[in-house]
Amino acid sequence: MKLTSILLASSALTLAAGAASAIDLTFVSWGGAYQNSQLKAYAEPYMAEHPDVHIAWDESSAEAVAKLRAMNEAGNVTWDLVDVTVSDSIRLCDEGLAREIDFDTELAAAPDGTSATDDFGATLINDCFVPQIVYSTTFGYRTDLVGDTPPTSVCDIFDLQKYPGKRSLQKRPIDNMEWALYCDGVAEEDIYNVLGTDEGVDRALKKLDTIKDQVVWWTAGAETPQLLADGEVVFGSTFNGRLFSAIVEQNQPIAMLWDMQSYDIDGWIVPTGLDAEKEAVVMDFLKFATDTQRLADQAKYISYGPARASSAPLVGKLDGTDIDMAPHMPTDPANATNVHRYDYTWWADHRDDLDAKFQAWLAQ
Amino acid sequence: MATLAPTLRKPSLTGFVLPLTALAGALLGYLVGNAKGNALLGIVGGAVFAGVLAFVLVSFVPQRRMGRLIGAVATGIAGALIAGVAGLVFGAILGLVLSWIAYWLASGDYRASVPVYATPREVLWANTFRFICGVIFFFLIAPILVVIPLSFNAENFFTFTPKMLALDPEGYSLKHYRDFFTNTDWTGAFYNSLRIAPVATLLSVSFGTLAAIGLSQSHVPFRRAIMAILISPMIVPLIISAAGMYFFYARMGLQGTYWGVVLAHAALGIPFVIITVTATLVGFDRSLTRAAANMGAGPVTTFFRVQMPLILPGVISGALFAFITSFDEVVVVLFVGSAQQKTLPWQMFIGLREQISPTILAVATVLVAFSVVLLVTLELLRRRSERLRGMSPS
Repeated sequence: MKLTSILLASSALTLAAGAASAIDLTFVSWGGAYQNSQLKAYAEPYMAEHPDVHIAWDESSAEAVAKLRAMNEAGNVTWDLVDVTVSDSIRLCDEGLAREIDFDTELAAAPDGTSATDDFGATLINDCFVPQIVYSTTFGYRTDLVGDTPPTSVCDIFDLQKYPGKRSLQKRPIDNMEWALYCDGVAEEDIYNVLGTDEGVDRALKKLDTIKDQVVWWTAGAETPQLLADGEVVFGSTFNGRLFSAIVEQNQPIAMLWDMQSYDIDGWIVPTGLDAEKEAVVMDFLKFATDTQRLADQAKYISYGPARASSAPLVGKLDGTDIDMAPHMPTDPANATNVHRYDYTWWADHRDDLDAKFQAWLAQ
Repeated sequence: MATLAPTLRKPSLTGFVLPLTALAGALLGYLVGNAKGNALLGIVGGAVFAGVLAFVLVSFVPQRRMGRLIGAVATGIAGALIAGVAGLVFGAILGLVLSWIAYWLASGDYRASVPVYATPREVLWANTFRFICGVIFFFLIAPILVVIPLSFNAENFFTFTPKMLALDPEGYSLKHYRDFFTNTDWTGAFYNSLRIAPVATLLSVSFGTLAAIGLSQSHVPFRRAIMAILISPMIVPLIISAAGMYFFYARMGLQGTYWGVVLAHAALGIPFVIITVTATLVGFDRSLTRAAANMGAGPVTTFFRVQMPLILPGVISGALFAFITSFDEVVVVLFVGSAQQKTLPWQMFIGLREQISPTILAVATVLVAFSVVLLVTLELLRRRSERLRGMSPS
């Protein structure tokens, strides 16, 4: 009896002590090299300064909207900070699942005193979303499978005569429909006007029909690098950082095709309904992780452009190597000669409708 | 009488052994030719090579062991001429297979599994049947075996690199195993799995055994209905149980906690324990418990001293199933757990989806080895239980 009560008392004490000193946070991100860059650039330095904070990572950003909705419904939100794309942040902010943020008071100003609002500039999309990086969805190709004439235009994807073989495309309408219309002769600035009509949708799908039986559809960012490394596909679209990793870090015979790369922004949202103590820690972390130096540090680990204007001059070399990161950034002038301006607000309105049409077309 | 005579005669060399060995050679040659980019040449070359090999071996080398050695060496040298070291190894294996086939056909061993009076058609069917069984076995086991060499890949992709195919030591590395044992994502997940599975197993075994004993008493009302409910986690699609548990546990404050995951896994493991323990209870003699009671033992003493030792094999095999269920489970933990309870299968699922890293293959290889050990234990226990019940182990 005595032994039991001592054991019980001591374990209760340890539990109480543990609860008082440590703060367990759950951050949600995308996994892989990207999450690793966040770990290295933000989380590890922050935990070094705050030893009582422990961060666990949940690789669920792909289902962030659905899971946050379910958590909210069940009344038990277990996430503290969530990495999402712009379009997801618009939905979460509209539904009240993400906390509104006062950028100028709750985030750090630039070193020269420029306010956070001005420093982030056009990357600020709504009141909940704190931008981190600008990335692009673009193509890589196998240098040994394209003969002596490497592709220069995104429309080479649709040219089965010149570049026979499989191509991998993301299993969603976004980007694919725009590329199809562009290669069907629509000017870049007219794409969303045309895609807004039923005829435009049919036209895009008809163009995609010409290569449909040669397409491998991917859902995870790691699939295209794997398919390219295997030589299963000649071209493949994916996030530019994944291609950078395959080309520069893994030395695969792959090259970038930057033409008509599609820009997108990725950033943090804070779920609503955190308890006050946790929220204070999360906001403190957010201020730390999105300051000028931290955003520039992230570019040491992955080739995504920092969202703050003041971070750009601080971008250095790939961690532990002599490789300059700037020429691998999607925003580098040499890579950005012909870009596609992905319209997330347009997609926020049309996503459900076009998803249904796209899935129906896939099943045909 | 005339029909019996040919079946006992030695099979004809030119009319039977040579064509069939050549056929096998053509098949293997097709595989090799395909890999080298010329299937037709592979078929013809394989057939000619196998025919010549069979003729030489069967006519001039009567000792089988010697003949097989010669076949392996000859084919190995031929392979080495085509593809270096790797060719030598694969060639030697192919040579062994081909010379085995040649002797198997020539000596009449192919009839060994059928009675002497079987017609040629029956012999053909018996061997086709064995061949089909072999192919099924191969297709079941091959995907697991392929993973093992790939896990020693020196590249960060799921690809057999040219260096690996050439058996160049530089193409292989242990770095993915190193990653598994040093990366905190993996060690943390492994630690969580080891923390969750034994406790879940303990709960499943305690509740499952009690339920099985209770349900085996004839006076318990609604036995079948209760049994069906307890077994239901095995039958209901996992995703439905998982979604239900998610909303139920969230309201109870158990979602995202260690005990939530343990309880969910215990619920999944209970059916296995009930089934295996119920099966052993069928062979349990009730008069033993009455005898124990007659001698003054209470129900608890009777259980631990008399009943438990006899049904122990069933309890242990149920426990192993419950353990593997918890250790392999990914759907329920994704719903009921939070990132703090990330288990090994969860980490593998993430790894496959977000970053196709061969570390997953290294983990898979470790888990395959682990499962083999567990299943061998299970089989040994089953044999012991059959011995105890007086049945001969099969």
